[in-house]
Amino acid sequence: MYLDHAATTPLSAPALAALTSELSRSGNPSSLHGSGRRARAVVEQSRETLAAAAGASPSEVIFTSGGTEADNLAVKGLYWSRRAADPRRNRILVSSIEHAAVQDTVEWLEQHEGAEAVWLPVDERGLLRLDVLEAELEAAPETVALISVMWANNEVGSLQPIPAITALASRFGVPVHSDAVQAFASVPVDFAGSGLAAMSVSGHKIGGPVGVGALLLGRSVALVPVQHGGGQERSVRSGTLDTASIAAFAAAAQDAVAHLDQEGPRLSWLRDQVIEAVRRTVPDAVLRGPDPATDPTARLPGNAHFTFPGCEGDSLLFLLDMAGVESSTGSACTAGVPRPSHVLLAMGLTEEQARGAQRFSLGHTSTQQDVEKLEAVLGSVHERARLAGMAGHASRIETAGTRHRNAAPAQPADRAAASAPTATTRTDTRPTDTTRTDTTGTGSEGTAAHTVRTGAGT
Amino acid sequence: MRVLAAMSGGVDSAVAAARAVEAGHDVVGVHLALSRMPGTLRTGSRGCCTIEDSNDAWRACDKLGIPYYVWDFSERFKEDVVQDFIDEYAAGRTPNPCMRCNERIKFAALLEKALALGFDAVCTGHYAKVIDDGNGNKELHRAADWAKDQSYVLGVLTHEQLKHSMFPLADTPSKAEVRAEAERRGLSVAKKPDSHDICFISDGDTRGWLAEKIDMSTGDIVDETGAKVGEHPGANAFTVGQRRGLKLGTPAADGKPRFVLEIRPKENRVVVGPEALLAVDEIRGIRISWAGLPIQEAAFAEDVADLTGEPAVLLRSQTFDCMAQVRAHGDPVPATARLELRTDGSGGVQEELLLTLREPLRGVAPGQTVVLYQGTRVLGQATIDVARSLARPVL
Repeated sequence: MYLDHAATTPLSAPALAALTSELSRSGNPSSLHGSGRRARAVVEQSRETLAAAAGASPSEVIFTSGGTEADNLAVKGLYWSRRAADPRRNRILVSSIEHAAVQDTVEWLEQHEGAEAVWLPVDERGLLRLDVLEAELEAAPETVALISVMWANNEVGSLQPIPAITALASRFGVPVHSDAVQAFASVPVDFAGSGLAAMSVSGHKIGGPVGVGALLLGRSVALVPVQHGGGQERSVRSGTLDTASIAAFAAAAQDAVAHLDQEGPRLSWLRDQVIEAVRRTVPDAVLRGPDPATDPTARLPGNAHFTFPGCEGDSLLFLLDMAGVESSTGSACTAGVPRPSHVLLAMGLTEEQARGAQRFSLGHTSTQQDVEKLEAVLGSVHERARLAGMAGHASRIETAGTRHRNAAPAQPADRAAASAPTATTRTDTRPTDTTRTDTTGTGSEGTAAHTVRTGAGT
Repeated sequence: MRVLAAMSGGVDSAVAAARAVEAGHDVVGVHLALSRMPGTLRTGSRGCCTIEDSNDAWRACDKLGIPYYVWDFSERFKEDVVQDFIDEYAAGRTPNPCMRCNERIKFAALLEKALALGFDAVCTGHYAKVIDDGNGNKELHRAADWAKDQSYVLGVLTHEQLKHSMFPLADTPSKAEVRAEAERRGLSVAKKPDSHDICFISDGDTRGWLAEKIDMSTGDIVDETGAKVGEHPGANAFTVGQRRGLKLGTPAADGKPRFVLEIRPKENRVVVGPEALLAVDEIRGIRISWAGLPIQEAAFAEDVADLTGEPAVLLRSQTFDCMAQVRAHGDPVPATARLELRTDGSGGVQEELLLTLREPLRGVAPGQTVVLYQGTRVLGQATIDVARSLARPVL
């Protein structure tokens, strides 16, 4: 039973049909002969289809190899072009809950290109603090190269106030990029109406194939390319176009957006079933991100994310996997090492709280049986995971070295309490290790954006 | 049984897991993430802890058709192994971090989690053997291949820990055999080099690594009589048995080279002396544990209390013969052992192992572990607190 659609979702039927049909043909869309023209026609048709699905014009679609490339292209390209136009623009205002594709790109620009990152805090629901953004813009608008805020967070599903962000930015003439990989085709996304300069989307999150995505780039937005070559895609993204994947991506987008009116409410309903089931089974589990009961429009329809106190996320994942339920601790990681999520830490959770995270994400193949199965196994899974405890705690197994020590009645201090944030200090240097010395403005003071983030992006 | 195979990414743990699968167990592979920032590729002779190693373990599990997970023990490892290593050195002792990892991580933190999650045992690629005495009591023994035998680094395991340990490589005649078996099974790690270095010191420079973490201050170098013969930049930079780099101002009376006999961190002094005094023939050990049930001779006999000394000896065991081994690949020497229960000077009592070596050993330092054997059987171990030559006056 698959509850990890936010990681990747199965190909939709129209995408599979388009993919297999195109894979059996040949032709380089840049070639001038018949098969080239045929391939080019497919690409351009797909461009129009995708543009229509995203509320953009066809010339605004830059096909890429996926969301990560689109994010790199947008953030680096915008930074370079804006700074070239005015060397004072070296600040990047970026949310502290971005996917690694944006987060690490910004860090790279800091380390190699003289950028200064301003990590914008979020509130406890995982929503951007607009007041901080405004203050940062007002403080020195001439130094801001770009703003990058994701449309929907991949871990806790919070939908960011994009129109408000672009409205603010437009007062200062600052371009805004948004990583809409999770939002596109899950909630209504209209590029033209959004006020965004650039927006990243990905194929495999919406029923298309892995390895294709797009950057939607406003017609008037100048961008310095990241990769050079044959000058395809407005000379912004060189490289032979992948006709089959592009066709399948467009087919998936068209299909998903066409069914959004029914699929959105269906998934929202299922998600609420998941939330209820988890709360029924594990009363102390905490829903992270906006609560649909009080914030009905602030959360992705397919996302339910919980922290389970006293449990390790990897224990839960293991036990659920063994029980045939595929979930995630938050976001996939190269080495498979679950790290406390920077998103949860930015929302004010302690490392210990963040370690107990589990995300259940729904998609087009999800059914009510999935929710029932989850509820059927979650109780015993949780019981066991709790028994297994927290890996950071000293083992209860007595060893040669701990036997004598354990004889003393000393109890380890409550780690959760010990590591809870006490004040919101602003730190201007980034810590060299992964311990976070800063919290994110959940208190009454310290609403300033901070320049600190956790070390490990997942 | 439900078996958790701890997979470092090396050939031994891969073959061990393969054998557990073949024996019909329900096996799941787990790689321990011990560093928060693992390197991407393996370097030198470190055998774990990089993403490449994790991927090697993953590929082995793919081949074996078993699930694979990475579990994060970095926090525990940092505290129980890395910090312990630093603390021990700072206290002038020489710890064995691999042993500590076995004691506290693999067969404690990991084992506890495994048991809680429904496993019956933790399986590793160690070369050692667990034997059942027929009454459900476990004994730890040397592996068939003495050249590869790793019973020393497992000597710290208690009966409780051994009950849930599985070492499928126990009877393997040689490492070459394991590599050949890996090759036969199509495991890509068949030719992966052995690991030697301490895994958390990436460049292998233990001294340099420690120097960044331990405060070093200059102090005196004294000879075996207590007379000052030179100065050092920091006592913790020295190892017992070391000869080079002492830079002594005053030559020895007999003109012969001198060696580090002892490091005294509290006084920040390094004691040097002639080679003859390096030969240790008496060891006192603390933090004793038994790898299985204690042997009968080790029981305290109540009628030999001697309360006259300071600290006072409250109880004594009988004396028993054994073989003592002080490092992973050192030869064991015959010894006579006795246990004593002593006052510890602060109102408590402490169990101590008193070991008289019948063949002296060189380069024995406090903090090292002495493992006791009878035949192939591991009796248990103690942490060396005092190691001295009986010919040497007590300073």
